[in-house]
Amino acid sequence: MPDYNAFLANIFEILKPFAKQGIILNEESELVTELGLTSLQVMELVEQLEDHFDMSIPLNILPDIRTVHDLALALEKLEN
Amino acid sequence: MSLFDKFQPIIDIQAELQQLGVMPFGAVTEKLLSSTEAIVNGHKVILAGTNNYLGLTFEPECLEAAKKAIDELGTGTTGSRMANGTFAGHVALEKELAAFFDRKQAIVFSTGYAATMGMCSTLAGPGDVIVLDADSHASIYDGVRLGGADVIRFRHNDPADLDKRLRRLGDRIENTLIIVEGIYSMMGDQAPLAEIAEVKRKYGGLLLVDEAHSLGMLGDHGRGVAEAAGVEDDVDFVVGTFSKSLGAIGGYCVSNHDQLNAIRFAIRSYIFTASPSPSVIASTRAALRLMQERPQLRDQLWANAHRLYDGLQQLGFQVSPQVSPVVAVTIKDRNQAIDWWNRLLQHGAYVNLVMPPASPTDDSLLRCSVSAAHSHAQIDRIIGAFAALQTQAAVDQA
Repeated sequence: MPDYNAFLANIFEILKPFAKQGIILNEESELVTELGLTSLQVMELVEQLEDHFDMSIPLNILPDIRTVHDLALALEKLEN
Repeated sequence: MSLFDKFQPIIDIQAELQQLGVMPFGAVTEKLLSSTEAIVNGHKVILAGTNNYLGLTFEPECLEAAKKAIDELGTGTTGSRMANGTFAGHVALEKELAAFFDRKQAIVFSTGYAATMGMCSTLAGPGDVIVLDADSHASIYDGVRLGGADVIRFRHNDPADLDKRLRRLGDRIENTLIIVEGIYSMMGDQAPLAEIAEVKRKYGGLLLVDEAHSLGMLGDHGRGVAEAAGVEDDVDFVVGTFSKSLGAIGGYCVSNHDQLNAIRFAIRSYIFTASPSPSVIASTRAALRLMQERPQLRDQLWANAHRLYDGLQQLGFQVSPQVSPVVAVTIKDRNQAIDWWNRLLQHGAYVNLVMPPASPTDDSLLRCSVSAAHSHAQIDRIIGAFAALQTQAAVDQA
């Protein structure tokens, strides 16, 4: 069962293209306000994570997620 | 920081459009000349952006029925279906809908939004699961959010992706509602319902199909995509609206599950709103009857759909993936879409301008829809208005 660090590593991998010049991707990176993900891109991120980890991620968790850390933590909770 | 800050992006777009002298959202229909022509924002236009698919809004029988209902029953019911708002006409329409769909139960709602939102928010609640098509209508998304079930999306019109997501649910499939649409409102593409039903048969769960844009268009009786695909037995709930092919306003849900008659008293959008006005019910009943008596309307609608689709495709526009009464032209640049929408109006064609997030991608759309009531000459004039855009663009570039 993947742990927090496994989720974190995969989120970083998917988000690489969004780390534009001058932005360093880290756990505190904010998905929308800092990395500029649109709502469609957030959905794409969720779908990629679901497929990579073969898990279900309900959209209901999204309103509480602001940063990469929030997302990795929420996924860990879902899997355990 | 104030409550109003979050509306600033809308205020900015409004200001931008005002500066351009364009009013695409909430364009004013000043006068209706027929079911297919009107004066909009001061321009005489062919209506190519309504949902009047069968062209029944001025049908004499519908008009007469509505007028008679006003004379006999007044302008409104002034109450909920659960209190004083159930008239004999509401009950009769429910019976007629059940008979038309060949289902045991039917509920009539005040709007299509109330029907879809109400069913989606009530059928699945906390602890249950909703698996929905990613491109679902706002009424579906609003409903599932309100209901509190776990919401999982599958990729648009992708039965293999649905399969994957249902497999992951394990035992939770027992408490799962799958939601798709028949024809999708923005691009006009159809759900692959035979394949979706097959996935449902494999895993289980209940299936709800929103046939808002497919009622009267598909299937031997006009019951929609489920009938056309031959999978009506796999569809547990059909929801839809009276505001498109039936030319009025209101919504419905039909089902073979006996529980629907109890579920109606748990649906807040059914209980806590006034029931449809008698005239609306009367014209809807007449339109439902006419739709069944005149299958030729479907043939005219599809002939017009093909004519517009082929015409725009031949001009080189990027049209929807499949022919349908909704023909959407994709425009990458938002400002060009706004400009072209305005020029189409000047050239005598009213279409819908759709910009993200209302469009399914980051592109904008000039969404056209056809009616059985359009003549071939009118369809050709719509195509001509699009051709004039290209001519103008060529002149501008020269």
